[in-house]
Formats: sequence, structure tokens, C-alpha cells
Amino acid sequence: MTDSAIPEVVINTHEMAIEKPRTTPKRFRPSGGAVVMGLYLLFLMLPIYWLINMSLKTNSEILGAFSLWPRNLTFENYALILTDPSWYMGYVNSLIYVLMNTAISLAVALPAAYAFSRYSFMGDKHLFFWLLTNRMAPPAVFALPFFQLYSSIGLFDTHIAVALAHCLFNVPLAVWILEGFMRGVPKEIDETAYIDGYSFPTFFIKIFTPLIASGIGVAAFFCFMFSWVELLLSRTLTSVNAKPIAATMTRTVGAAGVDWGVLAAAGVLTIVPGALVIYFVRNYIAKGFALGRV
Amino acid sequence: MAKITLENLAHSYLPNPKSEDDFALKELNHDWVDGEAYALLGSSGCGKSTLLNIISGLLIPSQGRVLFDGKDVTTAPTADRNIAQVFQFPVVYDTMSVRQNLAFPLKNRGMEASEIARRVQKVAAMIDMEAQLDHKARGLTADAKQKISLGRGMVREDVNALLFDEPLTVIDPHMKWELRTQLKKLHQDFGHTMIYVTHDQTEALTFADKVVVMFDGRVVQIGSPQELFERPAHTFVGYFIGSPGMNLFDAQIDGNTARVGDATVQLDGAYTAHGKTQLGVRPEFIRLSAGGEGIPATVRRVEDVGRHKIVRLDVAGREINAVATEGEEIPADTNRITFAPGSVNVYADDWRVTPRGTDA
Amino acid sequence: MNKTVNQKAWFLVLPVLILVAFSAVIPLMTVVNYSVQDTFGNNQFFWAGLTWFEDMLHSDRMWNALGRQLMFSAIILAIEVPLGIFVALNMPKKGFWSSFCLVVMSLPLLIPWNVVGTIWQIFGRVDIGLLGYTMDALGFDYNYTQDTFDAWVTVIAMDVWHWTSLVALLAYAGLRSIPDAYYQAAKIDQASRWAVFRYIELPKMAGVLMIAILLRFMDSFMIYTEPFVLTGGGPGNATTFLSIDLVKMALGQFDLGPAAAFSLMYFLVIMVISWVFYTVMTTLDKRDGK
Repeated sequence: MTDSAIPEVVINTHEMAIEKPRTTPKRFRPSGGAVVMGLYLLFLMLPIYWLINMSLKTNSEILGAFSLWPRNLTFENYALILTDPSWYMGYVNSLIYVLMNTAISLAVALPAAYAFSRYSFMGDKHLFFWLLTNRMAPPAVFALPFFQLYSSIGLFDTHIAVALAHCLFNVPLAVWILEGFMRGVPKEIDETAYIDGYSFPTFFIKIFTPLIASGIGVAAFFCFMFSWVELLLSRTLTSVNAKPIAATMTRTVGAAGVDWGVLAAAGVLTIVPGALVIYFVRNYIAKGFALGRV
Repeated sequence: MAKITLENLAHSYLPNPKSEDDFALKELNHDWVDGEAYALLGSSGCGKSTLLNIISGLLIPSQGRVLFDGKDVTTAPTADRNIAQVFQFPVVYDTMSVRQNLAFPLKNRGMEASEIARRVQKVAAMIDMEAQLDHKARGLTADAKQKISLGRGMVREDVNALLFDEPLTVIDPHMKWELRTQLKKLHQDFGHTMIYVTHDQTEALTFADKVVVMFDGRVVQIGSPQELFERPAHTFVGYFIGSPGMNLFDAQIDGNTARVGDATVQLDGAYTAHGKTQLGVRPEFIRLSAGGEGIPATVRRVEDVGRHKIVRLDVAGREINAVATEGEEIPADTNRITFAPGSVNVYADDWRVTPRGTDA
Repeated sequence: MNKTVNQKAWFLVLPVLILVAFSAVIPLMTVVNYSVQDTFGNNQFFWAGLTWFEDMLHSDRMWNALGRQLMFSAIILAIEVPLGIFVALNMPKKGFWSSFCLVVMSLPLLIPWNVVGTIWQIFGRVDIGLLGYTMDALGFDYNYTQDTFDAWVTVIAMDVWHWTSLVALLAYAGLRSIPDAYYQAAKIDQASRWAVFRYIELPKMAGVLMIAILLRFMDSFMIYTEPFVLTGGGPGNATTFLSIDLVKMALGQFDLGPAAAFSLMYFLVIMVISWVFYTVMTTLDKRDGK
């Protein structure tokens, strides 16, 4: 074989050179990867683009000739929302109860997750499963009872009522996420700290919390997300003072029909906080969505 | 099985390497003889994994060619090179049984079922896993998994080479020894060309016929374990192989004598050496004495490490080690060291120089 | 990890217990209470026993809603799980485009659910929506407010748009945890692309996929806001899923007794199906582990 190798070598190098792009380490992926992703992202962006497009048009333009982009660019719809307190207070209300909910959920979930990850105690498994069943509870089931409960204790139409109601599904989720992250921290760290003379609270705050900081971030992200996007409960439990932005949007349906431009602008503005949060956590998204369980 | 030739091979991870420092693997020419067992030894980051990945085709070199039996495979995909590789961490197909794991490479090559069954049986016997053939691979221990990875290579009887990338890293110490012995035996019985990457000198020296020592992206010496011990081609080889490593003395070379400090050392030939000149002497060849000829030295301490003792000495402010056998007495008033005849190597700018009139 | 037995750990769980008891147990008791009573208004209640449960079990309305619900969940799982995996396999591994894809893909997940409904309501309209207008221009007789099939297609497209990224992100996280050596070994073994997927990627993704399927099942079974905004449950009752029907019954018609019985059965169905999912998957996991 070696004797006849000289012409062969030449032919082979030639062939290989043509195939070179295929032999880079990335070639395990189908080469259509970019096309697939392009199409998928287009599918995701088109409806959002359309919403933005409409928010920059006047109602007469929306209902008039069909156009792929605004011919008479207008910011009037946004101006209306940002200058009218009954509009923009909706955002403030939403943000208030979402942040309250995130803080409450984390505060109660942290010690509980620690207990589940470190100790076994009577009924622990049943308790854990019971907590998770609350994540499975359809908000529709709870809408009416919540309304009656919070009315009877005078919390109807307050931010705290919505924040507490959202704890129904956010606390179990936070416990679940945090438990996963805490399990990853070796138990020896706790034991060493106790030997070093730390009390439980100082150990927990000074040593343990920093170790699971990313887990806390992920849990906070999910609490924010689910509280921000939920509408059924927040709408049921509020009327004026704590009314969320998402519910305020129904105002655009008036006697004269739907005010499409303002509706679209309000919709675009509800996307902004989520987009900001995503931007800040962009490097942790993939890991975060796996809930520390990869 | 094949002879593997590397021609002017070099690799840089940078798109436009400018100086030599940009190369993870510096230019290299070498023939890997068919059927030999090689160890590729060096500290981490010295380029040994880069070299291995070029041979296996996971990496395409920035320059030079790789030939298998004279056939250029530089840009050929891994699958076409017909090599087997065992990785640092065991790679098994978790959801398959041991049998399916071993049959997998053959099945992918469209081999007949009866032939597959025969070979799987044979390989299972080789790696001593006949009893576990129908277990799921997932539940097995790390060393069993590593044996399966090895078996998946061995099952293709015609492989050009078996490559090992630090395969014993995650294996328990006592299993390490056993697996290494098995590997050695497999090599003797079947004569595959094997290339074994490691940073552990014991592994390298006990496994290989030839050891390739790499340092800073460069192959500094290729030789038998004995050659590496007696004639390290580079001060790094002297330092890296042996425990403790080779001693180095700054010296002025003048023909067949060298001056170390105020003392004169007789060399076994005439040398011409320029630059930073040093003498390298293995601790095993340093003799201790009280008074008389030699280089002045003081004993700092003596460590008993079982079969021998390590004597730590101070020679002109530099730590020097000597090895004494267990029964040997260390004179209490030791103040001189001398070198055993024929044990002194001369280095110029870290590379060994040979005496005039010889070529080795 | 072997855990220490410590009954004092209950104190750490206590805050969660009180909070969740307050927001879950008390309301649930209210529901149970309603489910066994009847009223003629004026806050006068009397014992009705299991009448409401019997009524609901014989109610076509509930069975139809349940049927639609099961069909919806099955369809979206059948689309979103394979599509999500497919997208994850095609995502760039690192660099700017990887972050870019992650950010864009996460976006739909953080849009309030009624806005999701609004977006698609606008998008699908024949007069002002890009989708509806295009379909119309292409000659399709598309109208999601009138036609049952079109309504279903639109609701499913919306859910796929909304949630496929969640499956994809989970699958992507699973894929990223596979060491390079597996792919290299597969190359050496001459494994086909399919074999790499079947024997390396899929087993490594199994854990996160289980989470994805469980979450998607539970959330799709509870879906309310998005289809309510989009179609209002119509045309007719074509897209009236369990939650929509329940809210109609409880808040719309104020049929508290039947609604409460409905709620409990609904909750039970979700728990049973989730439990079955969970058990089947964990046993499969254990069997493989042997």
C-alpha cells in the first residue's frame, strides 16, 4: 500500500480539502441548524412585532389600509398610558404585588427547603408532595373562595391579598427549586460551621445563603415570572386600588369599539419588565430553567 | 494496525498564530511504530491531549500531515480513521446493556449478527466482564464502565491504534494497578499500537515500550524508560521523571572537566557547550563522603521513605537530593558529594549535549 | 445524601405550612363546604349531601369540557415536546447567538397571559392581524371567531408559541450537561446522528424532559386566561376548557354548589394524572438504573 501511496495521497488531500468545513468539530449538528433557529425565532417574534407595529399606529390607520409597518408613526398611544394615572398605576400595582410575593415566597421557602434537604422528620415526604399538589391546583378552583376569604378579612383590593394568593403556587415552586440547589451543597459545610461555633441563623445567613445564591436567583426569577403573568386571581381579588395592569387593559373596550392602538401599546409595555429581567439573567437562563436538577 | 507518521505537525488554537508561543503544539516529526505501546507523558497543558486529538481526528492541525501507513488522513473524520479511544471519564451508553455497548461499533459498521456475537463474547472474556453482559451499563462502577469503553475499541479487531486519554483518572488506586496490568497484557497478546496519555510517570514507565515526554507544546524526548532515566535529553525530563527528580548544578564546561563552584568534576568525554551550562546528576548516583574530593555540601535532613532514604543536602544555597539504600550509613560528618562514574549529563540551555565524537 | 432525623425541622417548615394552609386549606375547605350544600340565596344554606357530585358526574357539560381539555393537553404535548427538543438540538452552543436565542426564546414566557391572548387575538384577526390577513389573502377561509377548527388551530398555535420555549430551554440545559467525550466516542464508534440522539442525548435529557412534560401537562390542564381572551371559549363551547367552564359556572352563573363539586373533581383529575405521570417516570428511571 505504501508503495502506491504517492498518487493516492494527492487525490485524498484534494478530496479532503473540499470536505473540510464538514470536518470541523461542530459538524455533529445538522447544518440546517441556523435555518431551524431562524424560522423558530421568526415564529416567536412575528406576533410581538405585530403588536409593536400596531401600537405605533393610530386607530384609523389600523382599521384602514393594511400595512406591514406604521406609515404615520405615532407615540400618542404610549403618551396616553404614561400620562394617565388610572393607566400607569396599573403597572405600579402589578410591580408592588409581584415584588411582595417574591419576597414572601423566598423568606418562607428558604428555611423549609433547608429542612427538606437536610433533615428527615415525621411526615416529610407527604408534606413535600402536598406542597407540590398546590402547584397543581387550578387557580380557577380558588378564585371564588379567595374572593370570599379576603373580603371577609378586609384585604380585598389590597396588594398583599394578591401577593398572598400567588403564594399558593409560588411557595411550593420556590421550595422545590431551592431544595434542589441546597442538596448540591455538601452537608459537611454545615457541620464544620456548627463546630466552628456558628449558631443556626448566623450560619444560614452568612455561610449558606451565599453558597446557594444562584438558586435563590432562579427561585426569585420564577416567582417573579409566575406572579407577573398570572391574571385570574389578581383580577378577582382587586377592583380599583390594587388593580393590575393586565386587568386595566380591558378598559380599551368601550362603546365605540376597541381602542386597538392603546390596547397594543399597553400590551407592549407589559412585555418590557419581563424583557428587562431576562436581559439581566441571560447568562443563567439555561441553568435556571433546569431548576438545579441537571 | 498501522504505522502512524506525523509530518511537520503543529497546531494553534488561535486563527492566526504569530509567534511560536501561540502554538499549543510546536512543530513535530515522528513515526509511531506499528504494534508498539507508547506513553505520552507531560504535565497538564503541555499539549499532549492536543496531539492525541489530532491523531484521533477530533482536531484538524493548523499545519503538517498525519499519515496512517503512508495514507494521508489529516482531514479525514474520526470515523474513517478506524481508531479507538478511551477517555478520561468513562463513556458508556447508559441505556444499553453491556452486550449492546460492546456490539454498538460493529452494528454501526453493518457487521453480521453472528460475527458480532462472536467478537463481543471474545472481548467480554478479555476485559473479564462475561458475567455482566446483560446488565444495564448505567449501574456499573467507574472501572467497569472504563473497561467497557476499552472493550468497545478492542471489539474492532482491525483498529489502527488504541488511544488512551488519562483513562485511569477516576479509577480507585487498587483497580488502577489491575487495569494497567490488564492493558499491558492485552498489548502483549494482541499487539495493537497503543498511545497512552498520562501525567503520571509511574503509569507511563510501567505501561510503555517508548515514552514520549512533552513540555510546553514540544516533544522533548522519545525513548525507553531506561533512556529517560539515564540520559534525559532535556532538564525537564530529568526533573519530571524520577522521584526525586534529577539534580542540576550550574557549571563551566571546559573540555572534559567541569567546574562547579570551586570544585572540579571529571567528565567522561570532551564537551563543547555554550549558554547556560549545567550538570545533571540523578540522586541515585550521588555519593556522600566526609572530606577528600568533591563538591562541598551540608546535610539538611534525611527522610526514610521505606526501601531507601532521601538525603536533602545544601550545595551553595541550592537544595540537592541524594538517594541512599536502606542499609547504607550516612556519615555523620558528611561534607562532600561526588558523582558515580558515567552518571553525569551535560546541559546547555536545558538541552543535553553529547560528548565530541559520539552521536548519542 | 443521608439525612439526619430531626423532628425540630418542623419549626423550619412551619412558616410555609401556615402560609400555604392559609391560602390553600381554608379556601379548599370553603369549596368542600359549598360542594355539599345548596342555597336559595340570602346566605341560607342547607345540606345537599353528594347531590352536586352526582349531578356533575351525569352532566354532559362537564364531560364535554373534560374531553376538550384532554384533547387540548394531548395535542400541545405532542407538538411542544418534540418541537422543543428539536429546537434545543439546533440551538447554537455558545457565543453571542446562543445568548440571543435564549433571550428571544424566554420572552413569550414572561408576557402576562392575557396579553398573550391579546397578541394572538390581534394577530389572527382577518381585518387587522398579520396571520388572519395573510391566510385570507392566500385564499384560506380562515376565521377563528366563527369556525371551530380555525379556533382550535389558533389556540394551539398560541400555546405552542407561548410554551415551546420552556421545553426547549429545559432540553437545552440537559444537552449542555453532556461532556464532549460522549460525542467524540460516538464519532469513533461511527454512530449515526439518530443513534447519537437516541443513545446519548435522549437518556441525558430524560430528567429535565420529565420536568418539562409534568409542568406542561399541569399548566395546560389549568389553562384559562389565554383562550378566554382569544376566543372567550367559543365559537359556541368549542374552546371552553375546564377552567373556563368552571369560572363561567362559579362567577358567571353563581352556581356555587355544582361549581364547587366540579372544582374538587377537576383538582382530583389533575392530581391523579400527575401522580400517574410521576410514578411511571420514576419507576422507568429506577428500572433503567438496574
